[in-house]
Amino acid sequence: MLEPVTDPTGAPFWEYAARGELRVQACADCGELRFPPRPCCPHCQSFEEEWRPVSGRGRVWSYVVPHPPLLPDYAAQAPYNVVVVELEEAPRIRLIGNLVRAAGATLNSVDPSRIRIGARVHVVFWGGLPQWVLA
Amino acid sequence: MTLKDATAIVGIGRTRFAKNLAEDERTLACRAVLAALDDAGIAPGEVDALASYTMEETDEVELAKAVGFGDLTFFSKVGYGGGGSCATVAHLAAAIASGQASVGVAWRSRKRGSGPRPWTNTTVQLPTPAQWTRPFGLLRPADEIAMLTRRYMHEYGATRDHLFNVALACRNRANQNPAAIMYDRPLTREMYMTSRWISEPLCLFDNCLETDGALACVVVSRERARDCPSTPVYIHSAAQGLPAQHHGMVNYWNDDPLTGPAWTAARHLWKHADFTPQDVDVAQIYDAFTSLVPLSLEGYGFCGRGEGGAFTEGGALEIGGRLPINTGGGGLSEAYVHGFNLIDEGVRQLRGTSTAQVPDAATCLVTAGEGVPTSALLLTNRS
Ligand SMILES: [Zn+2]
Repeated sequence: MLEPVTDPTGAPFWEYAARGELRVQACADCGELRFPPRPCCPHCQSFEEEWRPVSGRGRVWSYVVPHPPLLPDYAAQAPYNVVVVELEEAPRIRLIGNLVRAAGATLNSVDPSRIRIGARVHVVFWGGLPQWVLA
Repeated sequence: MTLKDATAIVGIGRTRFAKNLAEDERTLACRAVLAALDDAGIAPGEVDALASYTMEETDEVELAKAVGFGDLTFFSKVGYGGGGSCATVAHLAAAIASGQASVGVAWRSRKRGSGPRPWTNTTVQLPTPAQWTRPFGLLRPADEIAMLTRRYMHEYGATRDHLFNVALACRNRANQNPAAIMYDRPLTREMYMTSRWISEPLCLFDNCLETDGALACVVVSRERARDCPSTPVYIHSAAQGLPAQHHGMVNYWNDDPLTGPAWTAARHLWKHADFTPQDVDVAQIYDAFTSLVPLSLEGYGFCGRGEGGAFTEGGALEIGGRLPINTGGGGLSEAYVHGFNLIDEGVRQLRGTSTAQVPDAATCLVTAGEGVPTSALLLTNRS
């Protein structure tokens, strides 16, 4: 499986995720959340940042079901789902992930026919990655 | 100074398209460039400007020394994959109109049919935005665009039949074009609806071909164009588009992900044009995936927001329809060469030499990749 290849602006997200916390970068001056992380705030141009905890609740904004050809570790689980989740606190903040039966379950552990746009989900963590389960 | 009709495409050239050509990309590039110059009746020694894609394997030095260009005073490369196709011609037009150069060549050479799939090389993945997508198995361009496609279908009621209409129009035109890879392979609705999935909701026939081949075109001033053997195809308007807070092919992180770069390019394109979308006789719309076509139809103003799917109904994209598209077969059915064959086909339509000619075509829109920072051209044979 591919690990996140991170960068200085993205690293805090993964450090919090490794501790089981979902946090999103925010401007420490004007308070706007932003994702993906970046060096300064597009609203007020401030370089001051904070990492704000979020509830981990959201809704499925869209999803796909990839089929081979895929990289071997992913082909072994195909067809699986990839979801984009809109966070409850800020619908414009959307995280990509997998809808799974429970933390640590395989990427194909939820029948794709059960997935709906708008479905309520919440975050769980496994191996340093956020995953999503139906709420 | 204005770009409007100040320059023209006067030469086009191409190699054969195939799943596997024996020659390397550099050789194919040389063949396409020399064919385009021959078509224009211009000697290689007169070329002083070049433009291509950042992803192009053959660089200016290699090309110039092989085919015998003169001293080059302008050379430019445009990023974002297929989003750069029309921008190569736009950069040449700007350079020539502003006196930086006099004879420009744009080209694309590619061995994708026989080479590796780019997404399988995970060592070159960029930390942003791949760290947010790849670990979860969103691996390929098809997966990234399928995500937007699903949302688009959900919001506006677009259907797989609408996507099939796009695939069918391209295939029908390819069936008229002996140079197209799918020339002798008709497509039916049954084939489309029962084909294998690539990334649901996109199936095999929603995805472009994998092709070896090269193309080139020659751009000169309108004055010089009158001395060339073919009907000049004037560059009437040209634009690039990178919208505020756009994120590339994974454009999931702004207020309105379904308003893509086409909308930005279109505003500039029409602002500098003497005609409107209703006056476009034929369009070559970038079709790496079928769903990019309805999104582009909306962005370039052929229909309203959310109406791109319905626009494809009733044979609208076929010859004789409201807007015939991709009349050589496009990336879905002629060849996938990052959109350069769409430029070439636009020129053929306005010369009256297409294999699926739109009668008396005088205006053509050519677009580059939607869903990435993009570009577009309005071409005309009227001046
Ligand atoms: Zn701010």
